[in-house]
Amino acid sequence: MIKVQDLTKRYARTTAVDQISFEVDKGQIVGFLGPNGAGKTTTMRILTCFLPPSSGTATVAGFDVLEQPLDVKKHIGYLPETPPIYPEMETSEYLKFVGKLKGLSGAELDKRLDYVCGRCAIADVKTKLLGKLSKGYRQRVGLAQAIIHNPAVLILDEPTAGLDPKQINETRDLIKDLAGDHTIILSTHILPEVEQTCEQVIIINKGKLVATDSVRNLQARARGAESVLVEIAGRNGTLEIPIVQHKLEHVSGVSRVSCKQQVDARAVFEVESEKGRSVRGDLARAVVESGWDLNELRAAAMSLEEVFLQLTGNEAKNEAEAPVEVNA
Amino acid sequence: MRNVWIICRKELGSYFVSPIAYVLVVLFSFVFGFFFWLFLQRFVYVGLEMQMRGQMFPMNLNEELIRPLLSNTSVMSLFFIPMITMRLFAEEKRTGTIELLATSPIRDSEVIIGKWLAAFVLYFCMLLFGALNLLFVFKYGNPDWKPLLIGYLGLLLQAGALLAIGTFISTLTKNQIIAGAVTFAVCLVLWVIEWPSEFETAIWARTLSYMSIVKHFESFAKGVVDSKDAVFYVAVIFLGLFFTARSMESLRWRS
Repeated sequence: MIKVQDLTKRYARTTAVDQISFEVDKGQIVGFLGPNGAGKTTTMRILTCFLPPSSGTATVAGFDVLEQPLDVKKHIGYLPETPPIYPEMETSEYLKFVGKLKGLSGAELDKRLDYVCGRCAIADVKTKLLGKLSKGYRQRVGLAQAIIHNPAVLILDEPTAGLDPKQINETRDLIKDLAGDHTIILSTHILPEVEQTCEQVIIINKGKLVATDSVRNLQARARGAESVLVEIAGRNGTLEIPIVQHKLEHVSGVSRVSCKQQVDARAVFEVESEKGRSVRGDLARAVVESGWDLNELRAAAMSLEEVFLQLTGNEAKNEAEAPVEVNA
Repeated sequence: MRNVWIICRKELGSYFVSPIAYVLVVLFSFVFGFFFWLFLQRFVYVGLEMQMRGQMFPMNLNEELIRPLLSNTSVMSLFFIPMITMRLFAEEKRTGTIELLATSPIRDSEVIIGKWLAAFVLYFCMLLFGALNLLFVFKYGNPDWKPLLIGYLGLLLQAGALLAIGTFISTLTKNQIIAGAVTFAVCLVLWVIEWPSEFETAIWARTLSYMSIVKHFESFAKGVVDSKDAVFYVAVIFLGLFFTARSMESLRWRS
Protein backbone atom coordinates (compact mmCIF):
# COMPACT_ATOMS: atom_id res chain seq x y z
CA MET A 1 0.00 0.00 0.00
CA ILE A 2 2.85 2.33 0.86
CA LYS A 3 6.25 1.97 -0.68
CA VAL A 4 9.15 4.22 0.26
CA GLN A 5 12.47 3.98 -1.50
CA ASP A 6 15.66 5.82 -0.48
CA LEU A 7 13.63 8.75 0.70
CA THR A 8 15.72 11.77 1.66
CA LYS A 9 14.69 15.22 2.82
CA ARG A 10 17.30 17.90 3.26
CA TYR A 11 16.66 21.28 4.76
CA ALA A 12 19.04 24.19 4.43
CA ARG A 13 21.37 22.99 7.16
CA THR A 14 20.17 19.59 8.24
CA THR A 15 19.13 16.30 6.73
CA ALA A 16 15.83 15.43 8.35
CA VAL A 17 15.30 12.12 6.61
CA ASP A 18 18.20 10.14 5.25
CA GLN A 19 17.73 7.34 2.70
CA ILE A 20 14.75 5.66 4.32
CA SER A 21 13.15 2.65 2.65
CA PHE A 22 10.21 0.63 3.86
CA GLU A 23 6.97 -0.94 2.76
CA VAL A 24 3.61 -1.22 4.39
CA ASP A 25 1.07 -3.82 3.33
CA LYS A 26 -2.65 -3.34 3.07
CA GLY A 27 -4.59 -3.39 6.34
CA GLN A 28 -1.56 -3.17 8.61
CA ILE A 29 -1.07 -0.87 11.58
CA VAL A 30 2.47 0.35 11.57
CA GLY A 31 4.09 2.25 14.41
CA PHE A 32 6.53 4.88 13.39
CA LEU A 33 8.83 5.17 16.32
CA GLY A 34 11.64 7.53 17.15
CA PRO A 35 12.77 10.16 19.60
CA ASN A 36 11.66 13.74 19.08
CA GLY A 37 13.28 15.23 16.01
CA ALA A 38 14.01 11.86 14.44
CA GLY A 39 12.23 12.73 11.21
CA LYS A 40 8.87 11.09 11.83
CA THR A 41 6.78 14.14 11.02
CA THR A 42 8.88 14.98 7.98
CA THR A 43 8.42 11.48 6.57
CA MET A 44 4.69 11.68 7.15
CA ARG A 45 4.51 15.08 5.53
CA ILE A 46 6.23 13.70 2.47
CA LEU A 47 3.79 10.79 2.31
CA THR A 48 0.86 13.21 2.49
CA CYS A 49 2.35 15.42 -0.26
CA PHE A 50 2.73 18.35 2.12
CA LEU A 51 6.47 18.39 1.54
CA PRO A 52 8.28 17.18 -1.54
CA PRO A 53 11.20 14.78 -0.99
CA SER A 54 14.73 15.96 -1.86
CA SER A 55 15.43 12.60 -3.45
CA GLY A 56 14.05 9.10 -3.49
CA THR A 57 10.50 8.03 -4.21
CA ALA A 58 7.39 7.31 -2.24
CA THR A 59 4.19 5.80 -3.56
CA VAL A 60 0.88 5.57 -1.79
CA ALA A 61 -1.84 3.28 -3.14
CA GLY A 62 0.23 3.02 -6.30
CA PHE A 63 0.50 6.77 -6.91
CA ASP A 64 3.75 8.71 -6.73
CA VAL A 65 3.77 11.61 -4.27
CA LEU A 66 5.60 13.91 -6.65
CA GLU A 67 3.99 12.91 -9.93
CA GLN A 68 0.37 12.34 -8.89
CA PRO A 69 -0.16 14.31 -5.68
CA LEU A 70 -3.90 14.79 -6.24
CA ASP A 71 -4.46 11.03 -6.56
CA VAL A 72 -2.34 10.37 -3.47
CA LYS A 73 -4.25 12.96 -1.47
CA LYS A 74 -7.55 11.35 -2.41
CA HIS A 75 -6.44 8.08 -0.84
CA ILE A 76 -4.98 9.54 2.33
CA GLY A 77 -6.48 10.67 5.58
CA TYR A 78 -4.06 12.73 7.62
CA LEU A 79 -4.14 13.84 11.22
CA PRO A 80 -1.26 16.25 11.88
CA GLU A 81 0.25 16.62 15.32
CA THR A 82 -2.18 19.41 16.19
CA PRO A 83 -5.64 18.69 14.78
CA PRO A 84 -6.20 21.12 11.89
CA ILE A 85 -9.43 22.64 13.13
CA TYR A 86 -10.98 26.07 12.70
CA PRO A 87 -12.04 27.26 16.16
CA GLU A 88 -14.86 29.40 14.78
CA MET A 89 -16.59 26.47 13.07
CA GLU A 90 -19.08 23.98 14.49
CA THR A 91 -18.13 20.32 14.49
CA SER A 92 -20.58 19.18 11.82
CA GLU A 93 -19.98 22.29 9.73
CA TYR A 94 -16.24 21.61 9.85
CA LEU A 95 -16.58 17.93 8.98
CA LYS A 96 -18.86 18.84 6.06
CA PHE A 97 -16.28 21.34 4.84
CA VAL A 98 -13.50 18.73 5.00
CA GLY A 99 -15.76 16.15 3.35
CA LYS A 100 -16.40 18.51 0.46
CA LEU A 101 -12.71 19.27 0.17
CA LYS A 102 -12.10 15.55 -0.17
CA GLY A 103 -14.69 15.31 -2.92
CA LEU A 104 -17.81 14.10 -1.12
CA SER A 105 -21.22 15.68 -1.67
CA GLY A 106 -24.93 15.29 -1.17
CA ALA A 107 -26.38 12.21 0.51
CA GLU A 108 -23.03 10.46 0.55
CA LEU A 109 -21.53 13.28 2.59
CA ASP A 110 -24.39 13.17 5.10
CA LYS A 111 -24.01 9.42 5.41
CA ARG A 112 -20.28 9.63 6.03
CA LEU A 113 -20.80 12.48 8.48
CA ASP A 114 -23.16 10.39 10.59
CA TYR A 115 -20.84 7.43 10.33
CA VAL A 116 -17.68 9.23 11.50
CA CYS A 117 -19.56 11.02 14.28
CA GLY A 118 -20.68 7.65 15.60
CA ARG A 119 -17.34 6.00 15.09
CA CYS A 120 -15.34 8.71 16.81
CA ALA A 121 -17.95 9.33 19.54
CA ILE A 122 -18.42 13.00 18.74
CA ALA A 123 -22.13 12.96 17.95
CA ASP A 124 -22.87 14.82 21.19
CA VAL A 125 -20.73 17.82 20.20
CA LYS A 126 -21.99 18.12 16.63
CA THR A 127 -23.32 21.62 17.11
CA LYS A 128 -20.58 22.90 19.41
CA LEU A 129 -17.90 25.34 18.35
CA LEU A 130 -14.60 23.57 17.82
CA GLY A 131 -12.77 26.24 19.78
CA LYS A 132 -14.76 25.32 22.86
CA LEU A 133 -14.07 21.59 22.73
CA SER A 134 -11.71 19.82 25.10
CA LYS A 135 -8.42 18.45 23.84
CA GLY A 136 -9.77 14.91 23.73
CA TYR A 137 -12.74 15.90 21.62
CA ARG A 138 -10.58 17.95 19.28
CA GLN A 139 -8.35 14.96 18.74
CA ARG A 140 -11.36 12.83 17.93
CA VAL A 141 -12.72 15.45 15.56
CA GLY A 142 -9.25 15.39 13.99
CA LEU A 143 -9.55 11.65 13.53
CA ALA A 144 -13.07 11.99 12.17
CA GLN A 145 -11.81 14.51 9.63
CA ALA A 146 -9.09 12.07 8.57
CA ILE A 147 -11.48 9.18 7.90
CA ILE A 148 -14.46 11.09 6.51
CA HIS A 149 -13.73 10.18 2.89
CA ASN A 150 -12.97 6.56 3.80
CA PRO A 151 -9.34 6.71 2.68
CA ALA A 152 -7.31 3.59 2.04
CA VAL A 153 -4.41 4.96 4.06
CA LEU A 154 -4.51 6.75 7.40
CA ILE A 155 -1.53 8.74 8.56
CA LEU A 156 -1.66 9.82 12.18
CA ASP A 157 1.03 12.01 13.68
CA GLU A 158 1.21 11.40 17.42
CA PRO A 159 -2.53 10.80 17.76
CA THR A 160 -2.41 10.47 21.55
CA ALA A 161 -0.11 13.38 22.39
CA GLY A 162 -1.49 15.60 25.12
CA LEU A 163 -4.42 13.38 26.07
CA ASP A 164 -5.18 12.04 29.53
CA PRO A 165 -4.74 8.30 30.20
CA LYS A 166 -8.41 7.51 29.70
CA GLN A 167 -8.55 9.39 26.42
CA ILE A 168 -5.33 7.72 25.33
CA ASN A 169 -6.89 4.31 25.82
CA GLU A 170 -10.03 5.33 23.98
CA THR A 171 -8.04 6.71 21.09
CA ARG A 172 -5.91 3.57 20.89
CA ASP A 173 -9.00 1.39 20.85
CA LEU A 174 -10.48 3.54 18.13
CA ILE A 175 -7.34 3.25 16.04
CA LYS A 176 -7.22 -0.53 16.50
CA ASP A 177 -10.86 -0.56 15.53
CA LEU A 178 -10.18 1.31 12.33
CA ALA A 179 -7.38 -1.02 11.28
CA GLY A 180 -9.67 -3.42 9.51
CA ASP A 181 -10.72 -0.90 6.89
CA HIS A 182 -7.61 1.20 6.57
CA THR A 183 -3.88 0.86 6.36
CA ILE A 184 -2.58 2.92 9.25
CA ILE A 185 0.74 4.56 9.97
CA LEU A 186 0.96 6.22 13.33
CA SER A 187 3.94 7.99 14.75
CA THR A 188 4.74 8.15 18.40
CA HIS A 189 7.55 8.36 20.87
CA ILE A 190 5.47 6.53 23.44
CA LEU A 191 6.57 2.92 23.43
CA PRO A 192 3.70 1.12 25.17
CA GLU A 193 1.50 2.58 22.47
CA VAL A 194 3.35 0.68 19.80
CA GLU A 195 3.36 -2.50 21.85
CA GLN A 196 -0.38 -2.19 22.33
CA THR A 197 -1.62 -1.01 18.96
CA CYS A 198 0.82 -1.93 16.23
CA GLU A 199 1.75 -5.11 14.48
CA GLN A 200 4.74 -3.67 12.72
CA VAL A 201 7.31 -1.14 13.89
CA ILE A 202 9.55 1.18 11.98
CA ILE A 203 12.19 2.75 14.20
CA ILE A 204 14.05 5.79 12.98
CA ASN A 205 16.64 7.89 14.69
CA LYS A 206 18.30 11.07 13.43
CA GLY A 207 16.66 10.59 10.04
CA LYS A 208 17.99 7.09 9.57
CA LEU A 209 16.09 3.84 9.54
CA VAL A 210 17.23 1.79 12.53
CA ALA A 211 14.92 -1.19 12.36
CA THR A 212 11.75 -2.35 10.71
CA ASP A 213 10.14 -5.55 11.90
CA SER A 214 7.17 -6.95 13.74
CA VAL A 215 6.92 -6.05 17.41
CA ARG A 216 7.52 -9.64 18.49
CA ASN A 217 10.55 -10.18 16.30
CA LEU A 218 12.11 -6.97 17.43
CA GLN A 219 11.86 -7.94 21.05
CA ALA A 220 13.35 -11.34 20.35
CA ARG A 221 16.06 -9.91 18.17
CA ALA A 222 17.30 -7.40 20.65
CA ARG A 223 17.25 -9.89 23.45
CA GLY A 224 19.93 -11.98 21.80
CA ALA A 225 20.54 -14.24 24.73
CA GLU A 226 17.63 -15.73 26.62
CA SER A 227 17.35 -14.71 30.22
CA VAL A 228 15.23 -15.91 33.12
CA LEU A 229 14.54 -14.51 36.53
CA VAL A 230 14.89 -16.90 39.44
CA GLU A 231 13.67 -16.15 42.93
CA ILE A 232 15.27 -18.29 45.59
CA ALA A 233 14.71 -18.48 49.35
CA GLY A 234 16.90 -20.08 51.99
CA ARG A 235 15.36 -22.76 54.24
CA ASN A 236 16.69 -21.68 57.64
CA GLY A 237 16.43 -17.95 57.28
CA THR A 238 19.80 -17.36 55.69
CA LEU A 239 20.97 -17.29 52.12
CA GLU A 240 24.58 -16.92 51.02
CA ILE A 241 24.46 -14.97 47.80
CA PRO A 242 27.95 -15.87 46.51
CA ILE A 243 27.33 -19.57 47.07
CA VAL A 244 24.03 -19.48 45.17
CA GLN A 245 25.59 -17.48 42.39
CA HIS A 246 28.44 -19.93 42.13
CA LYS A 247 26.06 -22.85 42.06
CA LEU A 248 23.87 -21.31 39.32
CA GLU A 249 26.85 -20.43 37.18
CA HIS A 250 27.81 -24.07 37.09
CA VAL A 251 24.53 -25.20 35.58
CA SER A 252 25.35 -26.17 32.01
CA GLY A 253 24.36 -23.60 29.37
CA VAL A 254 24.34 -20.61 31.73
CA SER A 255 26.52 -17.76 30.59
CA ARG A 256 26.04 -15.13 33.27
CA VAL A 257 24.33 -14.75 36.64
CA SER A 258 23.64 -11.55 38.46
CA CYS A 259 21.82 -10.82 41.67
CA LYS A 260 19.01 -8.36 41.04
CA GLN A 261 17.70 -7.85 44.54
CA GLN A 262 17.82 -9.41 48.00
CA VAL A 263 15.38 -9.21 50.86
CA ASP A 264 16.35 -11.12 54.01
CA ALA A 265 16.68 -14.75 52.98
CA ARG A 266 15.15 -14.23 49.55
CA ALA A 267 16.93 -13.12 46.41
CA VAL A 268 16.17 -12.66 42.73
CA PHE A 269 18.81 -13.63 40.19
CA GLU A 270 18.88 -12.92 36.51
CA VAL A 271 20.31 -15.87 34.67
CA GLU A 272 21.37 -15.47 31.07
CA SER A 273 21.89 -18.48 28.91
CA GLU A 274 23.12 -19.09 25.41
CA LYS A 275 20.50 -18.53 22.79
CA GLY A 276 18.27 -21.45 21.98
CA ARG A 277 19.11 -23.45 25.11
CA SER A 278 16.47 -23.99 27.70
CA VAL A 279 18.10 -24.10 31.10
CA ARG A 280 15.04 -23.79 33.27
CA GLY A 281 14.78 -27.49 34.19
CA ASP A 282 18.43 -27.73 35.15
CA LEU A 283 18.21 -24.50 37.09
CA ALA A 284 15.23 -25.70 39.09
CA ARG A 285 16.90 -29.01 39.86
CA ALA A 286 20.11 -27.35 40.94
CA VAL A 287 18.27 -25.03 43.30
CA VAL A 288 16.17 -27.74 44.90
CA GLU A 289 19.09 -30.16 45.21
CA SER A 290 21.06 -27.52 47.07
CA GLY A 291 18.34 -27.30 49.68
CA TRP A 292 16.86 -23.92 48.74
CA ASP A 293 13.28 -23.08 47.91
CA LEU A 294 12.46 -22.09 44.36
CA ASN A 295 9.82 -19.37 44.68
CA GLU A 296 9.60 -18.19 41.09
CA LEU A 297 11.07 -18.91 37.71
CA ARG A 298 10.06 -16.79 34.73
CA ALA A 299 11.35 -15.49 31.43
CA ALA A 300 12.60 -11.93 31.55
CA ALA A 301 10.93 -10.40 28.52
CA MET A 302 12.63 -7.33 27.23
CA SER A 303 10.24 -4.47 26.80
CA LEU A 304 10.19 -2.60 23.55
CA GLU A 305 11.46 0.34 25.49
CA GLU A 306 14.75 -1.40 26.14
CA VAL A 307 14.94 -2.48 22.52
CA PHE A 308 14.29 1.06 21.46
CA LEU A 309 16.94 2.56 23.69
CA GLN A 310 19.38 -0.08 22.62
CA LEU A 311 18.71 0.58 18.96
CA THR A 312 18.62 4.35 19.04
CA GLY A 313 21.61 4.63 21.32
CA ASN A 314 21.98 6.34 24.62
CA GLU A 315 21.49 9.90 23.43
CA ALA A 316 17.85 9.07 22.89
CA LYS A 317 17.51 7.90 26.45
CA ASN A 318 16.77 11.19 28.08
CA GLU A 319 14.26 12.29 25.49
CA ALA A 320 12.47 8.98 25.33
CA GLU A 321 12.29 8.23 29.00
CA ALA A 322 10.29 11.15 30.26
CA PRO A 323 7.11 10.60 28.25
CA VAL A 324 7.26 6.86 28.87
CA GLU A 325 7.11 7.37 32.60
CA VAL A 326 4.23 9.75 32.34
CA ASN A 327 2.14 7.67 30.01
CA ALA A 328 2.97 4.09 30.88
CA MET B 1 -14.42 25.57 -9.80
CA ARG B 2 -16.36 23.62 -7.20
CA ASN B 3 -13.33 23.66 -4.95
CA VAL B 4 -12.91 27.42 -5.35
CA TRP B 5 -16.48 27.82 -4.20
CA ILE B 6 -15.97 25.50 -1.20
CA ILE B 7 -12.97 27.51 -0.03
CA CYS B 8 -14.70 30.82 -0.72
CA ARG B 9 -17.78 29.76 1.26
CA LYS B 10 -15.65 28.66 4.17
CA GLU B 11 -13.69 31.94 4.19
CA LEU B 12 -16.87 33.98 4.03
CA GLY B 13 -18.14 31.91 6.93
CA SER B 14 -15.01 32.77 8.91
CA TYR B 15 -15.44 36.46 8.14
CA PHE B 16 -19.11 36.59 9.01
CA VAL B 17 -19.11 34.25 12.01
CA SER B 18 -16.39 36.29 13.67
CA PRO B 19 -16.84 40.02 14.28
CA ILE B 20 -14.33 40.85 11.51
CA ALA B 21 -16.87 41.37 8.74
CA TYR B 22 -19.26 43.42 10.91
CA VAL B 23 -16.52 45.63 12.33
CA LEU B 24 -15.15 46.30 8.86
CA VAL B 25 -18.55 46.96 7.29
CA VAL B 26 -19.57 49.30 10.11
CA LEU B 27 -16.27 51.19 10.16
CA PHE B 28 -16.27 51.54 6.40
CA SER B 29 -19.86 52.69 6.28
CA PHE B 30 -19.16 55.20 9.01
CA VAL B 31 -16.15 56.73 7.28
CA PHE B 32 -17.90 56.65 3.90
CA GLY B 33 -20.94 58.25 5.46
CA PHE B 34 -18.81 60.97 6.97
CA PHE B 35 -17.24 61.78 3.61
CA PHE B 36 -20.64 61.72 1.98
CA TRP B 37 -21.94 64.20 4.53
CA LEU B 38 -18.82 66.36 4.09
CA PHE B 39 -19.04 66.54 0.31
CA LEU B 40 -22.79 67.03 0.44
CA GLN B 41 -22.35 69.98 2.81
CA ARG B 42 -19.74 71.47 0.55
CA PHE B 43 -21.96 70.90 -2.46
CA VAL B 44 -24.86 72.70 -0.78
CA TYR B 45 -22.62 75.49 0.51
CA VAL B 46 -20.97 76.10 -2.85
CA GLY B 47 -24.38 75.98 -4.50
CA LEU B 48 -25.73 78.67 -2.17
CA GLU B 49 -22.66 80.81 -2.65
CA MET B 50 -22.92 80.65 -6.39
CA GLN B 51 -26.60 81.55 -6.25
CA MET B 52 -25.77 84.60 -4.12
CA ARG B 53 -23.12 85.67 -6.65
CA GLY B 54 -25.78 85.41 -9.26
CA GLN B 55 -24.21 82.60 -11.28
CA MET B 56 -26.91 80.35 -12.56
CA PHE B 57 -24.80 77.45 -13.97
CA PRO B 58 -26.39 74.22 -12.94
CA MET B 59 -24.10 72.29 -10.64
CA ASN B 60 -23.33 68.73 -11.61
CA LEU B 61 -23.88 66.12 -8.88
CA ASN B 62 -21.61 63.64 -10.63
CA GLU B 63 -18.76 66.11 -10.90
CA GLU B 64 -19.10 67.93 -7.61
CA LEU B 65 -20.23 65.19 -5.26
CA ILE B 66 -19.82 61.66 -6.56
CA ARG B 67 -16.41 62.07 -8.16
CA PRO B 68 -14.57 63.41 -5.09
CA LEU B 69 -16.43 60.93 -2.93
CA LEU B 70 -15.29 57.98 -5.02
CA SER B 71 -11.73 59.32 -5.18
CA ASN B 72 -11.70 59.48 -1.41
CA THR B 73 -13.08 55.96 -1.21
CA SER B 74 -10.27 54.82 -3.45
CA VAL B 75 -7.72 56.12 -0.93
CA MET B 76 -9.78 54.84 1.99
CA SER B 77 -9.61 51.31 0.65
CA LEU B 78 -5.83 51.42 1.15
CA PHE B 79 -6.51 51.49 4.88
CA PHE B 80 -9.16 48.79 4.92
CA ILE B 81 -7.74 46.19 2.60
CA PRO B 82 -4.86 45.10 4.87
CA MET B 83 -7.43 44.33 7.55
CA ILE B 84 -9.29 42.03 5.16
CA THR B 85 -6.30 40.13 3.81
CA MET B 86 -3.97 39.88 6.78
CA ARG B 87 -5.54 36.71 8.17
CA LEU B 88 -6.07 34.84 4.90
CA PHE B 89 -2.95 32.66 5.02
CA ALA B 90 -1.11 33.89 8.13
CA GLU B 91 -3.82 32.46 10.39
CA GLU B 92 -3.85 29.09 8.63
CA LYS B 93 -0.09 28.91 8.92
CA ARG B 94 -0.15 29.69 12.63
CA THR B 95 -2.89 27.24 13.59
CA GLY B 96 -1.61 24.51 11.28
CA THR B 97 -4.83 24.25 9.29
CA ILE B 98 -2.77 24.98 6.18
CA GLU B 99 -1.74 21.31 6.44
CA LEU B 100 -5.35 20.29 5.96
CA LEU B 101 -5.68 22.40 2.82
CA ALA B 102 -2.32 21.31 1.47
CA THR B 103 -3.04 17.61 1.96
CA SER B 104 -6.55 17.70 0.51
CA PRO B 105 -7.08 16.77 -3.12
CA ILE B 106 -7.40 20.35 -4.33
CA ARG B 107 -4.96 22.59 -6.16
CA ASP B 108 -3.09 25.48 -4.56
CA SER B 109 -4.58 27.78 -7.18
CA GLU B 110 -8.11 26.83 -6.11
CA VAL B 111 -7.29 27.65 -2.49
CA ILE B 112 -5.77 30.99 -3.47
CA ILE B 113 -8.57 32.08 -5.78
CA GLY B 114 -11.19 30.95 -3.26
CA LYS B 115 -9.62 33.02 -0.52
CA TRP B 116 -9.11 36.05 -2.72
CA LEU B 117 -12.69 35.81 -3.93
CA ALA B 118 -14.01 35.72 -0.35
CA ALA B 119 -12.00 38.83 0.51
CA PHE B 120 -13.39 40.45 -2.63
CA VAL B 121 -16.97 39.62 -1.68
CA LEU B 122 -16.42 41.10 1.79
CA TYR B 123 -15.10 44.31 0.25
CA PHE B 124 -18.08 44.32 -2.09
CA CYS B 125 -20.38 44.18 0.96
CA MET B 126 -18.53 47.10 2.51
CA LEU B 127 -18.98 49.17 -0.66
CA LEU B 128 -22.62 48.16 -0.84
CA PHE B 129 -23.43 49.39 2.66
CA GLY B 130 -21.60 52.64 2.04
CA ALA B 131 -23.45 53.09 -1.24
CA LEU B 132 -26.79 53.17 0.61
CA ASN B 133 -25.99 56.85 1.26
CA LEU B 134 -26.19 57.49 -2.46
CA LEU B 135 -29.87 56.57 -2.46
CA PHE B 136 -30.46 60.04 -1.03
CA VAL B 137 -28.75 61.59 -4.02
CA PHE B 138 -31.07 59.73 -6.35
CA LYS B 139 -34.06 60.63 -4.23
CA TYR B 140 -33.41 64.36 -4.16
CA GLY B 141 -31.38 64.85 -7.32
CA ASN B 142 -30.90 63.16 -10.63
CA PRO B 143 -27.26 62.23 -11.14
CA ASP B 144 -26.18 60.16 -14.11
CA TRP B 145 -25.99 56.53 -12.97
CA LYS B 146 -23.59 55.35 -15.67
CA PRO B 147 -20.47 57.21 -14.47
CA LEU B 148 -21.37 56.16 -10.95
CA LEU B 149 -21.45 52.50 -11.98
CA ILE B 150 -18.14 52.87 -13.77
CA GLY B 151 -16.69 54.49 -10.67
CA TYR B 152 -17.75 51.51 -8.60
CA LEU B 153 -16.33 49.15 -11.22
CA GLY B 154 -13.04 51.01 -10.81
CA LEU B 155 -13.20 50.70 -7.04
CA LEU B 156 -13.75 46.96 -7.35
CA LEU B 157 -10.90 46.54 -9.81
CA GLN B 158 -8.59 48.57 -7.61
CA ALA B 159 -9.62 46.57 -4.54
CA GLY B 160 -9.07 43.33 -6.45
CA ALA B 161 -5.52 44.39 -7.19
CA LEU B 162 -4.79 45.45 -3.61
CA LEU B 163 -6.42 42.29 -2.25
CA ALA B 164 -4.19 40.18 -4.49
CA ILE B 165 -1.14 41.97 -3.11
CA GLY B 166 -2.41 41.52 0.44
CA THR B 167 -3.10 37.83 -0.15
CA PHE B 168 0.45 37.38 -1.35
CA ILE B 169 1.91 39.16 1.68
CA SER B 170 -0.24 37.03 4.00
CA THR B 171 1.50 33.88 2.73
CA LEU B 172 4.89 35.23 3.78
CA THR B 173 4.37 35.14 7.53
CA LYS B 174 2.63 33.31 10.35
CA ASN B 175 1.95 36.59 12.09
CA GLN B 176 -1.23 38.43 11.14
CA ILE B 177 -0.02 41.75 12.52
CA ILE B 178 3.09 41.62 10.38
CA ALA B 179 1.05 40.64 7.33
CA GLY B 180 -1.32 43.54 7.98
CA ALA B 181 1.40 46.10 8.66
CA VAL B 182 3.44 45.17 5.60
CA THR B 183 0.36 45.19 3.37
CA PHE B 184 -0.56 48.59 4.72
CA ALA B 185 2.95 49.92 4.06
CA VAL B 186 2.87 48.57 0.51
CA CYS B 187 -0.56 50.10 -0.08
CA LEU B 188 0.68 53.48 1.15
CA VAL B 189 3.77 53.32 -1.02
CA LEU B 190 1.63 52.45 -4.04
CA TRP B 191 -0.36 55.60 -3.33
CA VAL B 192 2.38 58.20 -2.65
CA ILE B 193 4.61 56.82 -5.38
CA GLU B 194 2.88 59.16 -7.84
CA TRP B 195 3.55 62.34 -5.90
CA PRO B 196 6.98 63.11 -7.39
CA SER B 197 5.32 63.37 -10.79
CA GLU B 198 3.65 66.56 -9.64
CA PHE B 199 6.91 68.49 -9.93
CA GLU B 200 9.05 66.14 -11.96
CA THR B 201 8.46 65.00 -15.52
CA ALA B 202 11.50 62.77 -15.97
CA ILE B 203 10.93 59.21 -17.08
CA TRP B 204 11.49 57.79 -13.59
CA ALA B 205 8.80 59.97 -12.11
CA ARG B 206 6.37 59.04 -14.83
CA THR B 207 7.17 55.37 -14.35
CA LEU B 208 6.55 55.65 -10.63
CA SER B 209 3.34 57.49 -11.31
CA TYR B 210 2.24 54.73 -13.65
CA MET B 211 2.82 52.15 -10.91
CA SER B 212 0.55 54.01 -8.51
CA ILE B 213 -2.59 52.08 -7.67
CA VAL B 214 -4.58 55.23 -6.93
CA LYS B 215 -3.50 57.09 -10.06
CA HIS B 216 -5.21 54.55 -12.27
CA PHE B 217 -8.50 55.20 -10.55
CA GLU B 218 -8.73 58.76 -11.83
CA SER B 219 -10.28 57.81 -15.14
CA PHE B 220 -12.86 55.58 -13.45
CA ALA B 221 -13.75 58.41 -11.04
CA LYS B 222 -14.53 60.55 -14.06
CA GLY B 223 -16.83 57.83 -15.32
CA VAL B 224 -14.55 56.75 -18.13
CA VAL B 225 -13.33 53.22 -18.70
CA ASP B 226 -9.77 53.62 -19.86
CA SER B 227 -8.59 50.24 -21.07
CA LYS B 228 -5.04 51.14 -20.04
CA ASP B 229 -6.11 51.49 -16.41
CA ALA B 230 -8.38 48.45 -16.46
CA VAL B 231 -5.57 46.35 -17.88
CA PHE B 232 -3.26 47.66 -15.17
CA TYR B 233 -5.59 46.50 -12.42
CA VAL B 234 -6.26 43.13 -13.99
CA ALA B 235 -2.52 42.63 -14.50
CA VAL B 236 -1.83 43.41 -10.83
CA ILE B 237 -4.53 40.93 -9.79
CA PHE B 238 -2.94 38.20 -11.88
CA LEU B 239 0.55 39.09 -10.74
CA GLY B 240 -0.44 39.13 -7.07
CA LEU B 241 -2.20 35.76 -7.28
CA PHE B 242 0.66 34.34 -9.32
CA PHE B 243 3.16 35.38 -6.65
CA THR B 244 0.87 33.90 -4.01
CA ALA B 245 0.97 30.57 -5.81
CA ARG B 246 4.76 30.69 -6.09
CA SER B 247 5.01 31.61 -2.43
CA MET B 248 2.87 28.64 -1.41
CA GLU B 249 5.00 26.41 -3.53
CA SER B 250 8.23 27.68 -2.04
CA LEU B 251 6.70 27.17 1.39
CA ARG B 252 6.68 23.47 0.66
CA TRP B 253 10.18 23.30 -0.70
CA ARG B 254 11.71 25.35 2.08
CA SER B 255 9.93 24.53 5.30
